[in-house]
Amino acid sequence: MSSLPGQAKVVVIGAGIVGSSMAYHLARLGWRDIVLIEKGMLPNPGGSTGHASNFIFLTDHGKEMAAFTMDSARQYRELGVYDETGGIEVARTPERMEELKRRMASSTSWGVEGSRLLTPAEVKAMVPFIDETVILGGFYTPGVGIVDSLQAGTLMRQKAQEMGALTIAASVEVTGVDVEAGRVRRVHTDQGTIEAEVVVIACGVWSPRIAQMAGASIPLTPAVHQMIDIGPVPMFSNATKEVGYPIVRDMDTNMYERQHGNGFEIGSYAHRAILMDADDIPSIAASALSPTMLPFTQEDFDPQLEDALELFPEIVGDESVGVKLAINGLLSLTPDGNPIIGETPEVKGLWSVAAVWIKEAPGIAKTVAEWMTSGEPEIDPHGSDIARFYDHHKTAQHIAARTIEGYNKTYGIVHPSEQWESNRPVRLSPFYAREKELGAMFFEAAGWERPHWYESNRPLLDEFGDRVIPREAEWESRWWSPIINAEHLAMRDRVGIVDLSAFVIFDVTGPGACEYLERLAVNKVDVAPGRTVYTPLLNSAGGILADLTIMRLAHDRFRVVTGGGMGMRDKKIFTDQLPADGTAQLHDVTNQWTTIGVWGPRARDVVGSVTSADMSHAAFPFLTSQNVDINGVRTLASRISYVGELGWEIYVPIEQGLRVWDALWEAGKPHGMAPVGIGTYAVTARLEKGYRAHGNELELDFDLVEAGMARRSVKDRDFIGRAAYLEQRSRPPAAILSTLTLDDPTSSSGVRRYMLGREPILTPDGEPLVDAKGRRSFVTSAGSGPSVGKHILMAYLPPECAKEGTKLVVEYFGERYPVTVDVAGSTPLFDPENARIRS
Amino acid sequence: MILGLVEHADGRPERLSLEMLTLAGRLGATTGEPVHAVLFGQGAREATGQLGGQRAALAHVVESHQLAVFAPVAWAAAIEQLMAAHAPSIVMAAGSDRGNEVMAHVAARTDLPLAANVMDATPGEPFRLTRQRWAGSLLEDAVLDAPTKLLTVAPHAVAIDEAAGAGAAAAAPAIEPFAPTLTDDDLRVAVVRRLEPDRSGVSLTDAKVVVGGGRGVGSPEGFSELEELAELLGAAVGVSRVVTSSGWRPHSQQIGQTGLRIAPDLYIACGISGAIQHIVGAKAAKRILAINTDPDAPIMSIADYAVIGDLHQVVPAISAEIRRVTGR
Amino acid sequence: MNILVCVKRVPATGGRITLTPDGRDIDTRYLGFTVSPHEECGVEEAVRIVEAQGGSSTVLTLGPEVATEQLRDAMAIGIDQAVLLETDGADWDPLATAGAIVDAIRTLEAEGGPFDLILFGNEAADTGDFQVGVRVATALGRPFVAGIKGIDAGDGRVVARREFGGGWEVFELPQPAVLGVKEGLNLPRYPSVPGRLRAKKKEIVRMSPAPRPGGPTKERLRLPQSDESTVEVIGTGPEAAPAVVALLTRLGVLGR
Repeated sequence: MSSLPGQAKVVVIGAGIVGSSMAYHLARLGWRDIVLIEKGMLPNPGGSTGHASNFIFLTDHGKEMAAFTMDSARQYRELGVYDETGGIEVARTPERMEELKRRMASSTSWGVEGSRLLTPAEVKAMVPFIDETVILGGFYTPGVGIVDSLQAGTLMRQKAQEMGALTIAASVEVTGVDVEAGRVRRVHTDQGTIEAEVVVIACGVWSPRIAQMAGASIPLTPAVHQMIDIGPVPMFSNATKEVGYPIVRDMDTNMYERQHGNGFEIGSYAHRAILMDADDIPSIAASALSPTMLPFTQEDFDPQLEDALELFPEIVGDESVGVKLAINGLLSLTPDGNPIIGETPEVKGLWSVAAVWIKEAPGIAKTVAEWMTSGEPEIDPHGSDIARFYDHHKTAQHIAARTIEGYNKTYGIVHPSEQWESNRPVRLSPFYAREKELGAMFFEAAGWERPHWYESNRPLLDEFGDRVIPREAEWESRWWSPIINAEHLAMRDRVGIVDLSAFVIFDVTGPGACEYLERLAVNKVDVAPGRTVYTPLLNSAGGILADLTIMRLAHDRFRVVTGGGMGMRDKKIFTDQLPADGTAQLHDVTNQWTTIGVWGPRARDVVGSVTSADMSHAAFPFLTSQNVDINGVRTLASRISYVGELGWEIYVPIEQGLRVWDALWEAGKPHGMAPVGIGTYAVTARLEKGYRAHGNELELDFDLVEAGMARRSVKDRDFIGRAAYLEQRSRPPAAILSTLTLDDPTSSSGVRRYMLGREPILTPDGEPLVDAKGRRSFVTSAGSGPSVGKHILMAYLPPECAKEGTKLVVEYFGERYPVTVDVAGSTPLFDPENARIRS
Repeated sequence: MILGLVEHADGRPERLSLEMLTLAGRLGATTGEPVHAVLFGQGAREATGQLGGQRAALAHVVESHQLAVFAPVAWAAAIEQLMAAHAPSIVMAAGSDRGNEVMAHVAARTDLPLAANVMDATPGEPFRLTRQRWAGSLLEDAVLDAPTKLLTVAPHAVAIDEAAGAGAAAAAPAIEPFAPTLTDDDLRVAVVRRLEPDRSGVSLTDAKVVVGGGRGVGSPEGFSELEELAELLGAAVGVSRVVTSSGWRPHSQQIGQTGLRIAPDLYIACGISGAIQHIVGAKAAKRILAINTDPDAPIMSIADYAVIGDLHQVVPAISAEIRRVTGR
Repeated sequence: MNILVCVKRVPATGGRITLTPDGRDIDTRYLGFTVSPHEECGVEEAVRIVEAQGGSSTVLTLGPEVATEQLRDAMAIGIDQAVLLETDGADWDPLATAGAIVDAIRTLEAEGGPFDLILFGNEAADTGDFQVGVRVATALGRPFVAGIKGIDAGDGRVVARREFGGGWEVFELPQPAVLGVKEGLNLPRYPSVPGRLRAKKKEIVRMSPAPRPGGPTKERLRLPQSDESTVEVIGTGPEAAPAVVALLTRLGVLGR
């Protein structure tokens, strides 16, 4: 019944809430000639949207997801399809009650209005059918609500059609996607072929299959979520509203319950993760209900029924109330729980928009549409960027392992440092065996096993005694050891060796290499060979995309070094800008080079003893690099520091890495060299030096002036974001990145508590700090500073608060702790003159 | 010899029995065997007169006073005795409620296998047949290994061979009265009374036009518009399963796998999405007109004509137009 | 009254049946399982009769271990106990099925007394053989009527009625009796959560029958030829009425 045009500017595949929102936002941003293809029927195409529970809890510990969710709620509200019922997360255990306090703090950090903690009696007053004796309390947010996601999709499509921008082709199935010279060209369907400049995959659980047609990967898996619908409930027989009571999330049992009409819906994430392959989803014709509503597996749900009965005995225990519908609904799960959005790294013009939940769908659609249009999304999507994945992340084994492990974290109490257990180890440095012998506690980064600290350093605890900042509360001592502080002090006093294998390294070569990099980098990279440049990258709006170092190795040869976490995304940023004329090439040499860091006052003694090269300050100044032969291995040594000490990053051909490690290890012994983990490198030493980290301090929604990274002058050559950057420099910043320290960690119960990051910073009266751009102040990074003897917090503060000596408070687990602004701007707390790195 | 149970009412053979006889005639033509019919009860002789051209050579008419009312076991006993006397190679009946029930009794008494709802068969060794599963949503090719083959014939699976009847110039089969020996046990199950149908309406199975209503009708009250149209067309009202399981209409009006099979000239499906369980009951209709808001509903795949729109607007408009045109 | 209801586990088929590659079975990978609507009514009727008159209800099935799901579904509605005649999941023909059920009934009745009423679905949803109930009744020497949509049981008699020719045929049978029941007999209830939880904890009696083959032998399954037609849209909304009436006239159904 649908007619299919022969060509389109953009083809959006999938008319669920995501695809419909995409069509609308593209149209709103001026796109025309949009074709929306849907293989099912409208308005309910048969995907996850059609059976979603449709409620939106606004609070998330993550900033990006919270932003997507709040933006989505705003859009739903504007469409008139959002029913604000309020929502309560209830706690059955003391641990959960603590978690609810943490959620309260996250609400404040991200600006979720009206959240508050409830006593059991207060919960009962709002939800009269709950057995309040089962719970210890609740966390209530009035803006939680239920959306009609199918109606939202219909309205979005209508708006796009009213703008004359959209053609809808329902009951049309995509059978192939053609790619030519790395660019998407056309979409084949069972009803004809469409030439298209851009193709957007918005088909949820089917996304991997469509991506595969184009040779791209969208690493998600369809998984089952169980829900049942019971009724009619006598208590609701006079319900005048579709939903008259707040939605309840029974967090400790991984369940939710809600009234709708005279029915009661019970959903669960507690059962085993039941995964499917996208190719195994039944066709619409072969489905009993819809392709994503699979037969209920009762045995998986039985334990949850007992839990629901316990919490809602009056309803669930009523013999007259029947189970009217029970399904295993399919939804998309991703290996790290975040959406998967952005242009695929494999195919230009092919975009993925895969949300996980209804709650973030319109928000991510808006973000992707902005990204497609101008490259300037309002919300920084880096945590959801499809380019974040390494190849091993795209394997079926990894996806299955992590989604299974992640499934039961849906309502879990997840520590910010919590490590994944499954599908490890994947990437091992040449020094892995040595590190294991030293009792390394490995954290995973980009698949690498990285020592976070070494148990072999435990004797250092005696040596450093009181200078180690102990942690008394279980929460902060989880995924942490006081040994981190001791390693830090050993490095500052003597010297440490650090495994930096997770670095991502690109060599950029060719006659156009310099000009190409100049266009990307804020700071001048056209420097003398042998010089190293630290530089941020911006988007055209002047938002901070990345920060990294570029070594000029020769006039036509540069080495770019960036962190592993965002390395693949950074690679795409670089690849996208390569000159069309082929005058510059980018080589990913990450798997050819390993990196060892040696830092500390005695670093020169250690490195100098294994090479004949002149390592003196005069011969090897700061921010330069040289080839240095160590024990018969030609390495590239780079004098630089992320820890604020004299020392080098030593780049070694990976197969010879162990030989260099062993040589340095032996050389370090007489100098008391300690193996030092990432707990020091990325947290304690960094914070003492006020170094900014991407994803913490550096994100699209902050600029270089606010971050205190604006240099005295701006280079003449044009670079991406230059105009915006100049404009940012012309006015006072709306916020200033500051370093604060905790005045008194003592809680009301006398336990010393230490923030871990993302907590709200408040006025002494407990009011949120909101800057001129409407952004709230929160802790971007937190950690101990053993060398300064204080717990350190970084935060963007409104200028009036960003003054040294200002007294503020930070909220942590329901209590407020006094903090002082020690530094407004980039001056380090430790070694403010930077004498050490230049010694 | 092939023996076929012919049901009849009001002195006329039932349509499903004529379908059965058509298949029996085809099988007989293959094996070179004559077809005998067996008819029970009042009106049997009269109905026999209507069997001309159905290739039935002989009609066994059972007119025992004991069988004035339907008694399935007694019918089965009589057939069993005819089998003993005439040694038919195949015994068949229509796949009607009675046909299936009586043949099941025959099978149970003789301990023979029974293939129900057969669509076609190929006599020989082995004896191959195709039968319906899932009320016709699925077909089964099977082999029947038995000294006497017992079959029922799926409703509306065989087109009545009208041409053969014309050629034979209505030569009705000879009648041979048969008086079975029946025990009390054989007569233990019999109709003790009948509640006659309300003759004011048209029966669903006989109606030339059926107006069907599904979920889209929305409420019990919503059927008044369908009834009005049915009245104007002399049609019967049928419904889909969701309507009866919602308690909007009695189950006797349900069309589909667990309800009635209909074969009208025209089926007007209003607000019926077309689940397979419904379609198997309606697909024998000669023409289907679907009235539905959703142009992509599954019913469209079997409909011949469609009106896209809300039945609550379309159906009254059709009724009004009929009144205008016919002056009623 | 003591009542036995026999049910059969069948796939809950969707819009279109899909077969396994060898064509011998339905592809049930994505399908749930259920019993036929006739049998659901049988289960509901047994529960209602026992609720009204006392006694005990039993559900029985012949099938693989997974068929306990259907037994528990029945117990969740209110059936008191369940019997599984456990097979390896292979097809059993109607003679073999009836033989196994007859043996089981004799065993159960020897231990727990006679069933006053045994209910079968009129026909199985999948194979549609229309005969297991008759065969069981015949073997047990009990009266049987099929197509039943109304039951009034008590005082050693069962009055059962069924639709025929637009009206009703009424039968009166002595107990013990066997009935083939049809959807429409009642409106079955949904199971409650407490019912589910009780059913989960109940013991299931298991027996292991041996098959005695003797029915038609399945060679393969196939889908009927598509009935798909090309639909002609004759109009949209109430404005289509004249076109519809023209069609009715053309088809000759606008009579008189």
